[in-house]
Amino acid sequence: MSDVVIAGAGPAGLAAAWRAAKEGLSVVVVDDNPNPGGQIWRGEHDKPSSSEARVWFERIRSVNIRFVHGARIFQQAQPGKLLAETPGAVVELNYTNLILATGARERFLPFPGWTLPNVIGAGGLQALVKTGLSIAGKRVVVAGTGPLLLAVAAYLREHGANVLLIAEQAPPLRLARFGAHLIASGKATQAHELRRRLRGVKYLHNCWPVAAHGDEQLASVTLQRGRKRWAVECDYLACGFHLVPNLELAELLGCEIENGAVRVDQFQQTNVPQIYAAGETTGVGGLELSLVEGEIAGLAVANRQQEAQKLFSVRAKQRRFARTLNETFALRDELKDLAAGETIVCRCEDVEFGRLKRYESWRAAKLQTRCGMGPCQGRVCGPAVEFLFGWKVESVRPPVFPVRIESMLGHG
Amino acid sequence: MSENVVLRINDVSVSMAAGSTVAAAVLAAGATSFRRSATGQARGPLCGMGICFECRVTVNGVAHVRSCQTLCEDGMDVRTDE
Repeated sequence: MSDVVIAGAGPAGLAAAWRAAKEGLSVVVVDDNPNPGGQIWRGEHDKPSSSEARVWFERIRSVNIRFVHGARIFQQAQPGKLLAETPGAVVELNYTNLILATGARERFLPFPGWTLPNVIGAGGLQALVKTGLSIAGKRVVVAGTGPLLLAVAAYLREHGANVLLIAEQAPPLRLARFGAHLIASGKATQAHELRRRLRGVKYLHNCWPVAAHGDEQLASVTLQRGRKRWAVECDYLACGFHLVPNLELAELLGCEIENGAVRVDQFQQTNVPQIYAAGETTGVGGLELSLVEGEIAGLAVANRQQEAQKLFSVRAKQRRFARTLNETFALRDELKDLAAGETIVCRCEDVEFGRLKRYESWRAAKLQTRCGMGPCQGRVCGPAVEFLFGWKVESVRPPVFPVRIESMLGHG
Repeated sequence: MSENVVLRINDVSVSMAAGSTVAAAVLAAGATSFRRSATGQARGPLCGMGICFECRVTVNGVAHVRSCQTLCEDGMDVRTDE
């Protein structure tokens, strides 16, 4: 039995773990990845690339935390007891308090050719390069929306990629407002640094991909800007449309969802007693917001409410930034028209757009077409159909990840 | 992370830095189709973080392993496009 189990070893989970462990609680952090850091700090536990990552990994090492890596939480056996599957076993996680720090994933939108190999998420391609893929000399088009595109382009370029251009669907006015807000939020240095790293790379606003082409693998992408359409030959298309919170575990545990994020009170507590949430799962807001929310949750489970309150003003400032962030990179309606009738929307079950648009709801479409019923359980097509059709994507049920049959049988 | 590990991707030997994922090794070996979809289309990694299941391969005879969440090990036998 642990005082606190934390689901997710990204910035929010690590910040929560540090605070709780420093107060003397027994802390277990569970994560699907082989190492701590989440997406933004992937591969940085042993060689941090920023002073912030260095500080946080030093903090983590200064306290006593048990990490369970390569483990996917798939079911709640009973309140206070979760089950996680590792490559060789099932781990029981008993807790007094649980902190959900499950982060976010990229949102993908279907367009003709998006299923071709080498059309990869922007963060997805970065993750592959961070874990050993050589990108040197490769021609990369970065497209979609969100600040992640810039960070990824800069990273790929530093690793030798030939970044041909960045296509950002957001309009210039909103981007300019976002730039002003960055400066007002004390992120001017970061913005300036990014601009320096991307010097000479074409950044096209009001621009998005309409089709990827190739036979068995990507050969080129067609982009659109205004009335102009043109094709660009490339080796990789790094494409993502901002981020969406990972809500599956929260939903499984009965946590209330509001506006596409886990609803929490001022101490990051969900509506379910003993369950807290921090970071992107409570709304996409970036690294600083994730860290401060994690700290607040960690202090709250240690009954250090007064200490936690001292961080509220930092969180409020970061939440204002998050609001501007999400307004800036809201999706334009034209993106709803990218998919053709034969474009696959559900990649697990190969369900085409033309078959889906006949239905009124996610539930009806699932029952009739198997959309969202493959191994990813709608994690990719769910956010897409929410945007395309306005469907409410729901009905999470255990196991929230596909598991080996023996994992289910041994611990039903 | 200086030492390397050697594994086989569809019978081709590939040397990767320790800590690399099987997904990176598959791409390094020149394979792009990690798996075949329900209708037989070639597919490769999408999310790179264990969520989309598009990068599934067979590792040491075990099917449906997410290559992006699996680290390379010496002597590993990886099969793609199945």
